[in-house]
Amino acid sequence: MRVLSYRTLSYRTLRPALVVAMALVFIGVPLWLVLVTSAKPQGEAIKPNLALPRHWQPATNYRDTFDQGQMLRGFVNSVLVVVPSVVLVLLLGAGAAWVFARRSGRLVSAAYALSISGLLLPPAVITIVMELRQLGLANTRPGMIAVYTGMYLSTAIFFMTGFIRTLPYELEEAARIDGAGSWKVFTRIVLPLLRPVIATATIMVMLFAWSDVFYAFFVLGGGADATLPLNLYQVASAALYLNNWHLIFAYVALMSLPMVAVFVIAQRRIIAGITSGAVK
Amino acid sequence: MRDTSVLDAARNAASGRETGASTGASRLRRRGGRPFTGPRGGSAKRRVQHPWWFALPALAVFAAFFLVPNVLNFFYPFTNWSAFHSSISFAGLSNFRTIAHDGSLQLALRTTLEYAVGVAVFQNGFGLILALLLEKDTRFNRFFRAVFFLPVLLSALAVGYVFQALLNQDGAVNALLSDLTGTHVDIAWLGSTTWTLVLLTVIHGWKWMGLAMLVYLAGLKSIPGDVTEAAALDGAGAWRAFWSIRFPMLAPALTFNVTTALIGSMNTFDIVQATTKGGPADSTQVFNIYMFRIFGEGLYAQASAMSLVLFAVVVVIAIPVILGMRRRERVLL
Repeated sequence: MRVLSYRTLSYRTLRPALVVAMALVFIGVPLWLVLVTSAKPQGEAIKPNLALPRHWQPATNYRDTFDQGQMLRGFVNSVLVVVPSVVLVLLLGAGAAWVFARRSGRLVSAAYALSISGLLLPPAVITIVMELRQLGLANTRPGMIAVYTGMYLSTAIFFMTGFIRTLPYELEEAARIDGAGSWKVFTRIVLPLLRPVIATATIMVMLFAWSDVFYAFFVLGGGADATLPLNLYQVASAALYLNNWHLIFAYVALMSLPMVAVFVIAQRRIIAGITSGAVK
Repeated sequence: MRDTSVLDAARNAASGRETGASTGASRLRRRGGRPFTGPRGGSAKRRVQHPWWFALPALAVFAAFFLVPNVLNFFYPFTNWSAFHSSISFAGLSNFRTIAHDGSLQLALRTTLEYAVGVAVFQNGFGLILALLLEKDTRFNRFFRAVFFLPVLLSALAVGYVFQALLNQDGAVNALLSDLTGTHVDIAWLGSTTWTLVLLTVIHGWKWMGLAMLVYLAGLKSIPGDVTEAAALDGAGAWRAFWSIRFPMLAPALTFNVTTALIGSMNTFDIVQATTKGGPADSTQVFNIYMFRIFGEGLYAQASAMSLVLFAVVVVIAIPVILGMRRRERVLL
């Protein structure tokens, strides 16, 4: 017993120091690099290092991300693609999950299995482009929204079906007895009860869609509808060799802010949602 | 019979739920076997009360923008679809022959699989270490959990640029090492045909370690306290208790994390594109990098052929691994 308590004592004193050291090295250093570089003039930033800027010019750099990098347009484009995608994924996903969770039979199981196949199968990005061209949706926002919605529906349906199965059926029955129809039961009873899992699904879809650049390349291309990550790619690829680190990192800092803000505001719910959804 | 009952349900839904209620009892008898949830409940009621049309919009969008492209992907690889032909005609296996002969198929396969294994190891390793370090629910731990979750919130492209700036030959890590050692350090972190791929998997693991940590934390929390107490009473030290008792009980969390790691790494693009663009000497050219490049060159059918290979790899390798882990989980718990 004594040996054990000595050991736990030493671990207990060492652990916080270890945690702080790890946070400084693994999170602090990259973060510091982003922030100091984003305040340097181009000449100082060309060889990125951790030194403080000799000449501070954060205002110029951040202003340039708006002028040259079209930060504002990218932000609006991102919002116009990500928000409808999230809303569609949640609404359509919840409707399907409700049916899949409450009904039984071979057809339901088959439809459910098919709908969650997107959890594992890769999206066929090349033929998506082909199809969108034929539908006249290539290089358009509706096309991008449709692709994101198709990609993340599986995740939403999977989480929501699992969650609805744990909800007591009596709640729905009580509403039926009070005379509510299917639509009313869904909107007044099921959707509000889904709130925790909706939070999870929202953050998951946002995490992927907000930062996606691969599918956006194929569907949106460059152009006037380019989202934030596409703009970042264009800023970084503006010169043959990466030499505008000051702008890249000003861009990275600004474009990450919305996600960080969402996380800070909804931190507790996000953490609870991710952890409860995962291990079930 | 099932088909007719679906039709019934659809008709009932269309004509209002009251008609369903009157036929509910008889259909319940025919089907049988479902738990009876109350005098007015039962599966027949459920069919009426949860009409198919609630699922139809989701099924339609999913079919149109996920399933149909995947079905088309079994067709276009066998055509000459490209930016250089005005019409599309059948071309047999020529696209597969091309990517096999120039070695890009084997290369993409090998790099992607190595990448996936690396990510599975590092994402899980980092996540588990963090979860164990930050296990107790204290204010200190909650703060640092949020700190280590930060990379998850950054876009993968941004993460790629951050690490390119760190690991460049003129980058911050070499500068830091030079200052620390007093000599000029000049390591080409991103220039090795063997080790750069490994480094990229470490970066990918770093980006997602916060998510893995949260999942492991939930797994640790779900282990009943008396199990660990019993282990301690039996004289198991912390090390033994972890590997013999707690780690096996983390099986569901491990399955989830390995699944997300495998699927995420099979579809990786951003981190590789932002750090190496597939280089040096194509040694980090994963499937998506190849597809992106070759699509940009206008060779659409060839890109589609590679996409079909990726599909096959996921079906043949990733899914059996995941299903196997799920089965193992059921044996363990």
